Amino acid sequence: MTERMKPLALTGFTATSCLGLGLDATLAALRARHTGLAPCAFESVVLDTYVGEVPGVDHSPLPVEFTDYECRNNRLAHLGLAQDGFAASVRHCAARVGAERVGVFLGTSTSGILETELAYRGRDAASGALPTEFRYRGAHNTFSLAAFVREALQLTGPAVVISSACSSSAKVFASAQRALAAGLIDAAVVGGVDSLCLTTLYGFHSLQLVSRLPCRPFDAARDGISIGEAAAFALLERPDAVDATLLLLGTGESSDAYHMSAPHPQGRGAGAAMLQALESAGLTSADIDYINFHGTATPSNDESEARAVAAVLGSETPGSSTKGATGHTLGAAGALEAVICALALRHDFMPAGVNTAAVDPALKVNYLRDNLPGRVTHVMSNSFGFGGSNCSLIFGKRGRGS
Amino acid sequence: MTLTACVNGVGLLGPGISNWPHGLQILRGEVPYAAAPTVLPVPACLPSAERRRTGAIVRLALAVGLEATTNAAADPAMLPAVFSSSGGDGANCHEICQVLAGTERALSPTRFHNSVHNAASGYWGIATGATAASNALCAFDASFGAGLLEALAQVQVEHTAVLLIAYDANYPEPLYSKRPIPDAFGVALVLAPATGATTLARLSVTLSDTAAARMPQPALETLRAAIPAARSLPLLAGLARRATRDVVIDYLGPKNLALRIEPCP
Repeated sequence: MTERMKPLALTGFTATSCLGLGLDATLAALRARHTGLAPCAFESVVLDTYVGEVPGVDHSPLPVEFTDYECRNNRLAHLGLAQDGFAASVRHCAARVGAERVGVFLGTSTSGILETELAYRGRDAASGALPTEFRYRGAHNTFSLAAFVREALQLTGPAVVISSACSSSAKVFASAQRALAAGLIDAAVVGGVDSLCLTTLYGFHSLQLVSRLPCRPFDAARDGISIGEAAAFALLERPDAVDATLLLLGTGESSDAYHMSAPHPQGRGAGAAMLQALESAGLTSADIDYINFHGTATPSNDESEARAVAAVLGSETPGSSTKGATGHTLGAAGALEAVICALALRHDFMPAGVNTAAVDPALKVNYLRDNLPGRVTHVMSNSFGFGGSNCSLIFGKRGRGS
Repeated sequence: MTLTACVNGVGLLGPGISNWPHGLQILRGEVPYAAAPTVLPVPACLPSAERRRTGAIVRLALAVGLEATTNAAADPAMLPAVFSSSGGDGANCHEICQVLAGTERALSPTRFHNSVHNAASGYWGIATGATAASNALCAFDASFGAGLLEALAQVQVEHTAVLLIAYDANYPEPLYSKRPIPDAFGVALVLAPATGATTLARLSVTLSDTAAARMPQPALETLRAAIPAARSLPLLAGLARRATRDVVIDYLGPKNLALRIEPCP
């Protein structure tokens, strides 16, 4: 039995994806059932697919003092931090608790690998050396994202990147929660940033997991993912310290121990993560008003997830995958979808899954094809990754007067 | 704020260090340290199809993880795990970047799924059947300290034993010139909330502004400074002693980790 966790307050949050920069644009796009996916015109990529590209990333260089961190991924992070007053919220928090008491826990799958991919085209013909200007630490390295964000926010506390493919930036919430509970820190910047690169575009293509159309989660005709990019952040603090309405209530993590790139067919690990999240939140399946599915739109993911959801929560709870709108933002998906869940709670609004024409009758879930208004008190967000890494999060809000 | 745990088992593999008993002899000064290329065992615990797909980094992580759980008399299937690596599989990354720099760009699916930073964690689950939480961390040169903090927080908050595996392997050229990690080094610790039959020491950890300790032996100091996972060496040297010891290890500037190591029983 998983122990009950102490709830944490989300005292700031923001998201930037192909739906737009910041919360207003994101919410407006979700309400309008808009998709940000468009035919792939990224870099020199020649693939018949749709991507969720954030406009303007290439034209938003980092301030000169951060030149060591210059890469597309950190540009996207910088763009994301600038939205919704998020950086200012962190500064206020750091002024209150101390910059060394604010941790940084971020997820990414590929960090600034695009810089390395490009550098390999520019190798010296004679020696094979990479260009002099190529920076390993600030661009290529997986930690580059957290190092940059920590420095940009002038924080000096513990920092780490979690990189477990598509569960990365869900798992940061669990890790930050533990660090807060252990007293290591008093606040945490959590989030995820992943950006388009050739490794993931050609890699998922090599596994035949990419759709030629905008992805159609839970559709009977679903045939793969659309890759997106995003930067999403949240600030977590103990609720006794702040006036809190939105809360992280539960976390669950598990491993499939089954296959490197395919989910367990019965959703064994996914179900275990969801059950743990419920136990850690002290809730039952009936308490969950909305599920944000991992819902990648590969035949195997959606089937395995639907089985796990039906087994743990039954088939009535409304749910959707927002990847039809945003694309699969990989290491940023957990954080992006956590922010979408926070919007659902704040606005009593359950977003439809777009692009899905006919829900697969074999998937026994209540899949929302239209936006659903209604009181939203508790939501679950699922994130599953390569290597069988599963994470389920539960968010909630305080009722009026409670 | 102090995080504490009992060290119930250790696994170790590196250049000129073949396992934890060998490492103990070196760290106690019973045998001299002689640098030599790291010898990585083939992971017999994996099915043959998966075994063929593993590179150095996965073999390293599995080897030290299994040694630590064996020494701790712990069932690896039952332990949550924390994997921490400063860079993951450099050889695989090099192959992918070479293919992507060409015009064909026909990436191998195995290369792609091995490129995830949590590849070792995935293979570990397949090898041992471990279905508990598994984390895959990176903090550049601070990766050992970051892994230790995550593992200790899990021990303390979840009241469970945790397996920490910190591991790094070398990049081939041309990446080696940009990130000169000379060889493979891995360390694994089974950390538990309470003492058991195999407990070596109780470990208490706080964040500190004190400078990190250096290894007194020059060759071991070279190793400590060269490979991020080897920043654990002062901790391992403390475990090798049979007396209470305070030591500071490298973490993330401006903070290091101050450790108190108290032998058990």
